[in-house]
Amino acid sequence: MAKVPVQFRLNGSDRAAFADPADSLLTVLRRGLNDFGPKYGCGQGTCGTCSVLIDGELRLACLTLAASCEGASVETVSGMADGPNLHPLQNAFMEHFAAQCGFCTPGMLTAAKALLDRNPNPSREDVIDAIAGNICRCTGYEPIIQAILAAARTLPAQRRS
Amino acid sequence: MARFRGRGMASVNYPIGMNLGGDPSQALIHSNPDGKFTVALSAIDLGQGMKQVTRQVAAETLGVPIEDVYVDTADSDTGPHDMGSFASRGTHRMGNAVIAAAREARGVLLEAAAEELEVNAADLVTDGKGNIHVKGAPSRSITVRATAQAAQFKQGKTIAGRGIFLIPLSSVDPETGEMNPNTAFAHACLVADVEVDDETGEVSVLGMSSAYELGRVINPKMVEQQLVGGAWMGISHALYETPEPYYPNPDHGPRDFNEYLMPGPGDLAPYSITILERPAPDGPFGGKGPGEMCANPVLPAIANAVYNAVGVRVNDLPITPEKILRGIRANGGAKPQARRGGAL
Repeated sequence: MAKVPVQFRLNGSDRAAFADPADSLLTVLRRGLNDFGPKYGCGQGTCGTCSVLIDGELRLACLTLAASCEGASVETVSGMADGPNLHPLQNAFMEHFAAQCGFCTPGMLTAAKALLDRNPNPSREDVIDAIAGNICRCTGYEPIIQAILAAARTLPAQRRS
Repeated sequence: MARFRGRGMASVNYPIGMNLGGDPSQALIHSNPDGKFTVALSAIDLGQGMKQVTRQVAAETLGVPIEDVYVDTADSDTGPHDMGSFASRGTHRMGNAVIAAAREARGVLLEAAAEELEVNAADLVTDGKGNIHVKGAPSRSITVRATAQAAQFKQGKTIAGRGIFLIPLSSVDPETGEMNPNTAFAHACLVADVEVDDETGEVSVLGMSSAYELGRVINPKMVEQQLVGGAWMGISHALYETPEPYYPNPDHGPRDFNEYLMPGPGDLAPYSITILERPAPDGPFGGKGPGEMCANPVLPAIANAVYNAVGVRVNDLPITPEKILRGIRANGGAKPQARRGGAL
């Protein structure tokens, strides 16, 4: 099948790639644009480790056609840090030992960012709801919940400054 | 129709490693010309902390900053031999192998430094900050980096060490049947509180409390992380995980892991942990290792708690609502057992 050109903003930069019309966004990110932040887990939309933000909305890159992202703004975990300065969520994940094998971590961070972007003061139930679509096999979820709540506590202070 | 609360307890004596064919682990350490050390292992780190623990053990034994130690577990084809990551053996077996390798490497390091300082190697000490100096005379010193460079470019000496730790095969005494399956045991006790719905058969874990005796805790945060994650795996194993939940007819069972049931972040139970340290005489700095026993006591504790709540003894895992409802029906109704103890 003929390749089609796709252009979108990836973590703030204009990027273009040729994609098969049936290629998922995840395939184009990983194979076309060398962004290995989002992981290929189940490939069926159940595990959440491919999660990205498309125009600010949390989406599963494995179930999103790349061609449908034309002109969109795509954010992945690779763009979370500001140069050498990690995002408060990334620091909190380290401080709370919220990663073990690390395979779910990109999706967990992205789902958490989507939550904090719309609700900087979430309850424990809000956090559980936000990561309910992301599977973790190592941590028992509790350290991840604690890390997200801790990151939320640091956010307002940063935003004030 | 009602919800019944129950409490169950379980204790574990857990053997660290095994010795069915003998249980060896090897480690190799060498210095690089920049004065940093590479530890080569075939032990695998799947997130359980093998790299971190062996890095701490190597740095402590070498007497250098932890930042100057790199652990390479890249390739079990080309790396030194290890039996594997199983039976909670990693910290104990590999930790001891790393200590042996680091001691030998430290010996060569101090000899090379002694040659540069023109002193006896036995008189040298490390400060753990990247310096080697004469005991009682800190001004007579040389950095580990300068020593590594002198060894490499001037003395023609390899600062390196080999380590192996072997639990030899223990054969069975033909007269008594006795054998010595292990040298180190870790211990745990866990209490679980559950609520069982006698209409749906569903079990909610309300809370758990445990005490773990793990020898010297080499990295407290990673031990806590492993115990918390492992307890969740225990709940998952006890109540959820099976490829065929719709027994006896598997026709409508899950087809792949996407339909394999595990508890999610909304199914967690509050969990409090107490860590006891009773250093193992043959452990690396007294360490044993939490490993598999993070999950083990959760299963019998929950099974006991279900029995305590409704009087149903489920003997095969997982403890599904269907098994509980069948048990309640066979007993002619829920039969709550006597309760002991206060709040967790």
